[in-house]
Amino acid sequence: MKVGVVRFPGSNCDGDAWHAVVDHLGVDAVYLWHKTASTEGCDVVILPGGFSYGDYLRPGAIARFSPVMSAVVAHARRGGPVLAICNGFQIACEAGLLPGALLRNASLRFVCDTVRLAVQRTDTMFTARYAPGQILRIPVAHGDGRYTADADTLTQLEAEGRVMFRYVDANGEPTSQANPNGALNNIAGIVNAEGNVLGMMPHPERAMDVRLGSADGVALFESLLAKVAA
Amino acid sequence: MSTVMARPGDPVITPALIAEHGLTPEEYERLTAMLGRAPTFTELGVVSALWSEHCSYKHSRPLLRTLPTQAPWVLQGPGENAGVIAVGDGLAVAFKIESHNHPSAVEPYQGAATGVGGILRDVFTMGARPIALLNSLRFGSLDSARVRWLFAGVVKGIGDYGNCIGVPTVGGEVVFDPAYEGNPLVNAMCIGVLREEELMRAVAQGVGNPIMAVGARTGRDGINGASFASEDLSDENDAKRPRVQVGDPFTEKLLLEASLELITSGHIVAIQDMGAAGLTSSSAEMAARGDVGVTIDVTKVPVRETGMTPYEILLSESQERMLVVARAGHEDAVREILAKWDLSAAVIGEVIAEPVYRVTEGDRVVAEFPGSRLVTDCPVYEPPAEESAAAVERRRVDVHAIAPRAQEQDPVWTLTQLLSSPTIASKAWVWRQYDSMVQTSTVRGPGGDAAVIRLRGTDRALASCIDGNGRYVALDPRVGGRIAVAEAARNVACTGARPRAITNNLNFGNPKRPEIFFQLREAVAGIGEACRVLETPVTGGNVSLYNESPKGAIHPTPTIGMVGVIESLSHVTPSAFTTAGDAIVLLGHCTDELGGSEYLLRIHDTLAGAPPTCNLQAERHLIDALLDAIGKGLVRSAHDVSDGGLAVALAECCMLDRERMTGASVDLTAWPALPERALLFGEAQGRVLVSTSTPDAVVAVAQRHGVPARTIGTVTDASHGLVLRTGTHRAVASIAALADAFHLAIPRIMDGDTPAEHAVAAGHAPVD
Amino acid sequence: MARYRLSIHISPRRGILDPQGQAVSDALHSLGFPEVRDVRVGRYLVAEVDAATPDAARAQATAMCEKLLANPVTEDFAIAAVEPA
Repeated sequence: MKVGVVRFPGSNCDGDAWHAVVDHLGVDAVYLWHKTASTEGCDVVILPGGFSYGDYLRPGAIARFSPVMSAVVAHARRGGPVLAICNGFQIACEAGLLPGALLRNASLRFVCDTVRLAVQRTDTMFTARYAPGQILRIPVAHGDGRYTADADTLTQLEAEGRVMFRYVDANGEPTSQANPNGALNNIAGIVNAEGNVLGMMPHPERAMDVRLGSADGVALFESLLAKVAA
Repeated sequence: MSTVMARPGDPVITPALIAEHGLTPEEYERLTAMLGRAPTFTELGVVSALWSEHCSYKHSRPLLRTLPTQAPWVLQGPGENAGVIAVGDGLAVAFKIESHNHPSAVEPYQGAATGVGGILRDVFTMGARPIALLNSLRFGSLDSARVRWLFAGVVKGIGDYGNCIGVPTVGGEVVFDPAYEGNPLVNAMCIGVLREEELMRAVAQGVGNPIMAVGARTGRDGINGASFASEDLSDENDAKRPRVQVGDPFTEKLLLEASLELITSGHIVAIQDMGAAGLTSSSAEMAARGDVGVTIDVTKVPVRETGMTPYEILLSESQERMLVVARAGHEDAVREILAKWDLSAAVIGEVIAEPVYRVTEGDRVVAEFPGSRLVTDCPVYEPPAEESAAAVERRRVDVHAIAPRAQEQDPVWTLTQLLSSPTIASKAWVWRQYDSMVQTSTVRGPGGDAAVIRLRGTDRALASCIDGNGRYVALDPRVGGRIAVAEAARNVACTGARPRAITNNLNFGNPKRPEIFFQLREAVAGIGEACRVLETPVTGGNVSLYNESPKGAIHPTPTIGMVGVIESLSHVTPSAFTTAGDAIVLLGHCTDELGGSEYLLRIHDTLAGAPPTCNLQAERHLIDALLDAIGKGLVRSAHDVSDGGLAVALAECCMLDRERMTGASVDLTAWPALPERALLFGEAQGRVLVSTSTPDAVVAVAQRHGVPARTIGTVTDASHGLVLRTGTHRAVASIAALADAFHLAIPRIMDGDTPAEHAVAAGHAPVD
Repeated sequence: MARYRLSIHISPRRGILDPQGQAVSDALHSLGFPEVRDVRVGRYLVAEVDAATPDAARAQATAMCEKLLANPVTEDFAIAAVEPA
């Protein structure tokens, strides 16, 4: 099995994603350079966090037209798993892999913190190793994380159970205080209709080691890799 | 030597023009003596930049030479882009601090952002990958709308730059004091990691090697406009010229990756940031270090605007540019690496045997200086120094005669006031805007005594902090200098680290005033004394003078960036109490020290008295004892006692982390002779609060090191509150109330009715 | 072919929360402009293009907005002017 971590010139969580896969799970990983229109036979593609091409126009707006993204979209259309984290989530939305968009945080400020997420479903390739309703502690670090979609799309997402993670408080309630960016319905992560593309603002690759605060992201990578290996 | 001709259109050099370039008549004499003729306009510009305080350290160099710079672990001391120390396992760290005070006072967002950009380049040009940023900030009172605007803008600028480039901002300090009202201080520090053998130095070498300009194009940014003959410089008038440099962190990210690739490729021999005074200073300094000549053709420099003169190209401070000396014949290989990162490089000159620094515009020589004298002939000053009578008087005030306010009957009132003082209160409002976790190595982020970053691939970690206390230095610069180093050392030791080396930023007023030069001289002496005793040599730093406004000079503020090494991740120790039932042990003495305290400033609006005494030998023993106890696994938490004294430190240990708060029951009746407010809020140095399940063992270790130690209480459940028993009181404070005071103080000010970001969003400085 | 200067406005879609516009509106109120009702903060782009006719230039601008410059989920765009450059 092989995991591809896409590397745009402004990616800055590419190394963290690579370490999560290689150091913690012992799986092979390669970097996929943005100028190369190929996923190089990878089974799983990770779109990591960062600032792709500087994100000056809109986060992800330019990245979506990069050569590597045409290959990533083709990989996803074939049913290949894509884990899109933070800037990766923004790019996936711009590229049409996921519905909706990520807007400037309601506070207008960048927010870096460790938040609580409630796992909404455990019957997916990304969340099988979590317990139903489990509350995770996962870091966020973004300036544009306010998930939004038109009313129809939102209704559809909720009806189809495609919200994977929601920001919650210590009691598991999706309160506005627990919502770091003003996302609609406290949405932290969603999947596409086929269930093979997960986009999320929080950083599971930063939650791999209790010495750094949390290891709650490990099960996400384990779920995904176990599914692919099966 | 070549014939140097004035350029058509250059202004005539007059005494007024010389003065506008900041050169004294004596300095101009020195310049003509060095050249053996009158300088051209271009040469005047070059020299005015290189002999400026910022580039030449002409008022501080003799003082800086007195600082200790040697230790077996120091691989590179002062004089390079950054200092470098060995940290074990073949790894080294490069680190440096730099100020961007003046630019941030004008345009806080870009000023702070470009400050971060500059210090990053200083570190990665040494071949080190940046792994952490810290910063030390000073502002006036947050009561002022303009100060809130400066504060919000600086924080956003630091955050946006570091967040984008992907280097975590892991710590620092923020202090609010009316003394900084007109002159905010923005000191940024960067730490990078490298393998020892990859160390790169900015020394031009090898006759015939090409000099290449890399990265962003050169524009008219930040040229020392002054008022002279601006129409002669360019088509645009002076008002249109951008004085503020604008940072581009995305380009910086590309430069970072490309530079590290260049360094490991073997295609280059030297690399340096084009920082202050741009091309001029980077090329002249590289040549001087290598004791070689260089020639530069300004028509080869890639420019962003048309019609730029040699003067402008040489002095531009456009950001995100590097100067590289490549190996002859490897130019295409260099270009190829840069192209991968969508950057370009142009050959703009070469290293020559003739010992001259020569600038041409095509065939015409527009500036030429003999050898490295351009750098080495810079004048050095040691102006008169005399302490001001006002400072002496202030120090001699009997602080015990200051009558307590009525509310102080209740020490909990005083404690709450101090915890909500913006200087002491939680800075989470600030560091939530910084990505402190990217690179997934942050073991302890902002908010504790020091930040801890693991060194990937080893069991070791680095601890780092920045500390400085302008109040103490204002009252007694020698003692204040000592305390700045001692406190920084104590802070990294609290996390389990052995303090190893410092970088310092000396922020002072106008050194030509005797009372200011006295402060500078004495503070540097105090820093040197502390660094010798604590074995933390100085590996570099920065001097920022002339921090004055019509209201006067800032407090003299040396800030100390300390780096320490933690031998095993298992030694990493938190600041806050962790476990109810643990004993609380105080290491160090409680003595009667109210002078210069945050208590006097906050409660009595007074800066007076002698600062706390600083016994450096005792500080050293304290650190040894603490690290011994931590190494033996006896310590659950450790927190140093500083601003606000013992009561504040105890409260912080209970509620630094709102997710895991505790209470504490503390008995301070062992110091009956101390006035209660000195006991609770005095800032006696050399003290650390430790929590432990084995207090007797901790006390025994301390005694072996000759450090006083006493069990003063017990960690309890948060619902029991913070109980403080003194000879006269038994005060009980609600932890929730203390936590509110501490955690909400700054958000309440900044996110009140008219948050400062509104003004930032609108792009305007509010007027008070 | 002639050269045209395009002026393009991109603004948050009606109904999408615009915290930046809200912040500016609040700041204006506090600075003594209570009459301000609605502020929306967007982007203004100026680009020069070569095209056969003004209409062709406008069509190019529209295509650019649809493809890259505006996000149809969150933003509206308007071609404010097409002028000879």
